[in-house]
Amino acid sequence: MTGVTAPNVTFALVLLGLSTVPLWVGNSYYVDVASQILLFAVFALALNVLVGYGGLVSLGHAGLFAVSGYTAGLMLQAGFGHAAAIAGAVVATLLAASVFAVLALRATGIGFLMITLALGQILWGIAYRWADLTNGDNGVSVSTRPAPFGINLSGASSFYYATLVVFFLALVAMAAFERSPFGASLRGTRDQARRMTALGYNVWLIRFLAFLFSGFWCAVAGLLYLYNKQFISPQVAALQASAEVLLMVISGGTATLLGPIVGAAIVVIMKYVVSAYVVRWNLVLGVIFVAIISFMPEGLVPGSIRIWGFARRRWRALRPARKGAVGAPP
Amino acid sequence: MTLWLTLAVNSIAFGGLLFLLSAGFSLIFGLMRIPNLMHGSFFMLGAYFGVTLLAIGANFWVAALASALAMALIGSGVERLLLRRLASQELAQVLLTLGLSFIVSDICLMIWTGDPWQPLAPAELRGVIRAGGMIFPLYRLAVVVIAVVVAAALWLMVDRTRLGAMIRAGVDDAPIARVVGIRVSRLFTLVFALGAALAAFAGVVGAPILSVYPGLDADMLPLALIVVILGGTGSLLGALVGSFLIGFLYNFGQARFPDLAYVILFLPMLLVLVLRPQGLFGKGGS
Repeated sequence: MTGVTAPNVTFALVLLGLSTVPLWVGNSYYVDVASQILLFAVFALALNVLVGYGGLVSLGHAGLFAVSGYTAGLMLQAGFGHAAAIAGAVVATLLAASVFAVLALRATGIGFLMITLALGQILWGIAYRWADLTNGDNGVSVSTRPAPFGINLSGASSFYYATLVVFFLALVAMAAFERSPFGASLRGTRDQARRMTALGYNVWLIRFLAFLFSGFWCAVAGLLYLYNKQFISPQVAALQASAEVLLMVISGGTATLLGPIVGAAIVVIMKYVVSAYVVRWNLVLGVIFVAIISFMPEGLVPGSIRIWGFARRRWRALRPARKGAVGAPP
Repeated sequence: MTLWLTLAVNSIAFGGLLFLLSAGFSLIFGLMRIPNLMHGSFFMLGAYFGVTLLAIGANFWVAALASALAMALIGSGVERLLLRRLASQELAQVLLTLGLSFIVSDICLMIWTGDPWQPLAPAELRGVIRAGGMIFPLYRLAVVVIAVVVAAALWLMVDRTRLGAMIRAGVDDAPIARVVGIRVSRLFTLVFALGAALAAFAGVVGAPILSVYPGLDADMLPLALIVVILGGTGSLLGALVGSFLIGFLYNFGQARFPDLAYVILFLPMLLVLVLRPQGLFGKGGS
């Protein structure tokens, strides 16, 4: 990880690019899109903890994201301050995540997916139908953004920088998690749950804690979303939203740090670009989903590396073969 | 009292529809081990096919059967051309059906627009039956009869025929079924087509009651999911009992606690998952 290697240079360039986005983008609309890429990257990284490292595919994560956004939004509407709303949102989301975990971790694989889907639908149902609490389809609006250390975040650029800081915190946390013994044991439960049990690890507890870790970053992403849009509606909790964030993780490549970020960028940019030209975003989403699962199941980042490596090997194999290929069997 | 009775009749009719939808879902789940997340799409697409045929003047039952047939073809196509490529990767298969469900819902919105379509019930069933001072809409009773007939036919097919024995063998243990010479992959296509056809048929039969609108797929899929988790995968009896249970919970929940209708709907499922993960009528083990 030290020295002037190609990945490090790339990383430094990306860092430079990210931290200067408001300078070279200019238009505040696009700065806002950049903020959304970062906040959805945090969301995708959170889901990746379960999907990538835990092998537990959740289709209910949008519900957790919404719990965070709604809790903060409703608390702000009720007159609480930003600090209380943020703390409340994190606590509520962690509680919801632990309920999710206790119920869903009775199963793995398809069973886990179905239980999380059902739980996500319940939360969506509450957001949509329990109008007295959640204001139903009209959603909840928030009039102000917080001002940490007295910094005003109401502009698109300042909010972008705040999002960027949180994004880096998430990235550092994920990198630390990936290298930690905890991360290794979670990967162990994914690959060899039975052996992990035999080695004396509490597989259930490892998965439970991973769920909470994931839930925490979902809460952070949900808060960023609420403050970015200053509005939240049941759409955020829908199955569609869970599928979108899962697509970010899968399309970028699971169990990598870069994958979910690339996936979030692709999906958010696609969403904005495609919605600007056609109304059929869901159609495009579905087609990408199907294409990636059918042709690049490992995701775009590892998939591109594989196809690039394959092409390069073929090219190398082809060049000497051309000179003396006369009469070679086909 | 009358309100309760009306609710009860509606619940039973809705339960019948749910059975038509979830019987196929349950068989697919039992045999292929995947929840088919585009089952709601089969229901909605079938319903749209049906109302289109009705709009050009087809007989109601002809429309329902034609739609079922069309969906059987589409279903077997999906299984043969897409799901088959991902054999034994269950997770990828589930996500594939999810992706396809988005595609279908958007195409439906494109073709049939956002306005709901509500066809009339067939002319011979538009009346009501009066019994003991109460009024029962004839069509809802007919839906119950249809569901019972289909349930009986499915039960006969699964329990009494050679094909049914092969399906049961596949549900119980697909690798061993293969070893004894059953072409399980062909069963996959067949069951998938059958499930799709039943869902489409249910969509058309349900159209006069539920109407057809964008989002119908997303409304119906979770219901099928709950029914099957409640009843146990691959069990027709479980699907039948689960359907009527959910039919009642859904209608009474909507009437009594509209705010929490969804919570009420999912609670029994969570209870079953916690207390009896294989479902009420599922087989133990796995």
